[in-house]
Amino acid sequence: MNEHQQTLWQFMHEQSDKLFAQTLQHVGLTFISLLIAIAIGLPLGILIARKRKLSGTVLGIAGILQTVPSIALLGFMIPVLGIGAKPAIVALLIYALLPIIRNTYTGIIGIDQHVKEAARAMGMSKSQILLKVELPLAIPVILAGIRTAMVINVGVATLASFIAAGGLGEFIFGGISLNNTNMILAGAIPAALLAIILDALLSLIQKMDFKKLRKALYILPVVILILGGFYALPSAYGSTLTAGFTPEFMGRQDGDLGLKSTYGLKIHTIVISDAVMYKAAFSKELDVISGYSTDGRLKAFDLKILKDDKSIFPPYYAAPIVRDETLKQFPQLAETLNLLAGKITDLVMTDLNYRTDYLHQTPERVAKDFLISTGLYKAPKNGHNGVVRIGSKIFGEQYILAEMYSMLIRGNTDYEVSTKTGLGGTKICFDALMNDQIDFYPEYTGTGLLVLLQPDPKIAKEMAHNKDKTYDYVSAEFEKKFKIKWLKPIGFNNSYALMMRQKQSKDLNVNTITDLKNYLDKN
Amino acid sequence: MIELKEISKKFGDTLAINKASFKVEEKETLVLLGTSGCGKTTTLKMINRLIEPDAGQVFINGENITNQDPDILRTGIGYVMQNIGLFPHYNVAENIAVVPKLLKWDKEKIKVRTQELIEKLHLPENSLSMFPHELSGGQQQRVGLARALVTDPSVLLMDEPFGALDNVTRTSIQKEFKGLEELKRKTIVMVTHDVQEAFELADRICLMDKGKIIQIGTPKELLYQPINDFARKFLAGQRLFLEFKVVKMQDIWPYLPKVTLQDGKSLSADMNVWDAMELLRSSDRSELLVSGANKESKAVNFEQLTKGFNQFQNAQVHE
Repeated sequence: MNEHQQTLWQFMHEQSDKLFAQTLQHVGLTFISLLIAIAIGLPLGILIARKRKLSGTVLGIAGILQTVPSIALLGFMIPVLGIGAKPAIVALLIYALLPIIRNTYTGIIGIDQHVKEAARAMGMSKSQILLKVELPLAIPVILAGIRTAMVINVGVATLASFIAAGGLGEFIFGGISLNNTNMILAGAIPAALLAIILDALLSLIQKMDFKKLRKALYILPVVILILGGFYALPSAYGSTLTAGFTPEFMGRQDGDLGLKSTYGLKIHTIVISDAVMYKAAFSKELDVISGYSTDGRLKAFDLKILKDDKSIFPPYYAAPIVRDETLKQFPQLAETLNLLAGKITDLVMTDLNYRTDYLHQTPERVAKDFLISTGLYKAPKNGHNGVVRIGSKIFGEQYILAEMYSMLIRGNTDYEVSTKTGLGGTKICFDALMNDQIDFYPEYTGTGLLVLLQPDPKIAKEMAHNKDKTYDYVSAEFEKKFKIKWLKPIGFNNSYALMMRQKQSKDLNVNTITDLKNYLDKN
Repeated sequence: MIELKEISKKFGDTLAINKASFKVEEKETLVLLGTSGCGKTTTLKMINRLIEPDAGQVFINGENITNQDPDILRTGIGYVMQNIGLFPHYNVAENIAVVPKLLKWDKEKIKVRTQELIEKLHLPENSLSMFPHELSGGQQQRVGLARALVTDPSVLLMDEPFGALDNVTRTSIQKEFKGLEELKRKTIVMVTHDVQEAFELADRICLMDKGKIIQIGTPKELLYQPINDFARKFLAGQRLFLEFKVVKMQDIWPYLPKVTLQDGKSLSADMNVWDAMELLRSSDRSELLVSGANKESKAVNFEQLTKGFNQFQNAQVHE
């Protein structure tokens, strides 16, 4: 335990620059959106307190917006607002709106009618009643709303890293994909602390008596503005091109770290989720992205892979990994899963991905079409001889593979199948496998080597560029360490790749990563 | 002077006020008396336009108030309400200063006037910086009164001003209220459901029922010349007490023993019979010296007093 804390501390110490920058961004995002939410929510709350008929509609709409899942909301924002701060702030402010509007409304309508009548009877105008009586008396309730909104925002702001808006989510989601607990904690603990501290501060203000409160209320907007301003601190990294890398890519030796050390690539980089990365590249928000070589969107968005001329990206051959115990329990399983071995090439996989990602065919249909065309499809036997649980990571290719395996098992064995698709990252998938919550999932040799085994860098480097060596090594090590078997590779190599738009690559005459570095150095 | 002309008001389908008309003379206190829901509060609130009438007009000092800006109208009318309605986020001084600040008085003037009222209304000096919740109910009502009086408006509207107070506090505040010089200069319309309070404070009483005015008159007129059964029954429960309250020494003057030549401190014949009886009961004196008109004085004991009152009563009935 002690050792563990130490390493977390070391990690935070090592990454203190990043941690500090992310915390500032996080605070900034939270407060900019909070400020705008107050600017919109407060007048709206006042309006519906005046015109009660509107209250149902306004609160209803704000309530519905509140229930939209945050990731989906961020997704909706991209076509309209692109990536980065703008959509993140808008999404956050949408979440912050409901508590602010609702509490302003309840705060105002909850004021003693007699006090309001007295104010009117003394000849106060409507605006005087609002400013001198209603708002001051509603302030404790309104502050409670702002407090709720703020805590929600600190939480939701972690998701901002998905669309390149920064914040502590970079560490959290990077850590999840990289199987790095320290990294997760380095993001999660400050985020939690932030929520607790800010909540405590506001609760102090809330408990003040009216006199002190008046002063505090003058200071509060200034503080919010300053905190919001953190976000505007310029990230001083000027380059003509902008790269968008996934949190996972950022932390990997065969990712951003390797780009820096091996190629000496210096590029303005923002962190973004792979779900939106391709689209952002297509819509020219990003110039270089860290994609996957078999991704269907490569084809869909007309992107070009830059040649890895110093070969820092190791091969990522996909193969199902299964616990030994499971293989014992389901004797026909290995044979069945191996039916797919060597059947899917890079080109085929890219095409299959293209169908789901771009043509929006269901993974099920794509899988079935493929199996039929290769003669592997058999009608399900509806067996009752146990249930095999298939896992998959949360991207299209894995969904397709999971479907194929599910059809193969149903058609060739007496086993029933349940699928747990869309597990949020390598760590989640692998933990599920280790904890006997799934029986197998398709993993990649490179990930197995660099993320799950994390061997000595020397061994890794030696190994990394040879397809067979890597496979043999991970097979042996997984068996030894985890009692997990790598079945035969499916055939394709889904490695990391840097990509640019075809046209830009042509215009700038950038075809390899070295070209890219040279171009950046010149401009 | 306040005048209501054929005022009507509907809430939904119910007629809250049905063609009510009355006049309140300058410096007169008119009490709107009636049970809950009779329309008395609604009537009061139409005088400062907290409620707008559906039909009819209200004039203050000859001016139709619908032609005035309601906010300006209200700053010129004092308003005291049952629930007091002090601002919980203002201290006493700030509560009293609300209207002066609306009228943009300078600070010094507000301070002097506040000080004056604090003394007149017997509020403790240190209460100025206290918040309403730190005061007793009686003190809160005094602050409410101070707030209504601070700009010395000529018209004062009071909606059950003592309704929220306990009996003991109410009686003492009523007394003080009656004795306040400031109030004697004002045209006052007050709402109450308390018959005793109405008789205590009113110059004239306007008895209302179901949105209609039943009878307007002095307490004595209401008591001795009720216009119908409703008016008679309304007062029946407390009749004897009210009679003692209404009848003054000068009313029963002819029925009292003959003039004495005794000298000394004499009481005004303006005093009512009840108060005189109370005085006789509570002090160790057996006789009161009362000075009537024509500089005559009479010495009266309890027996003579009740006897005189009875004779007066009989005379009223036979009239």
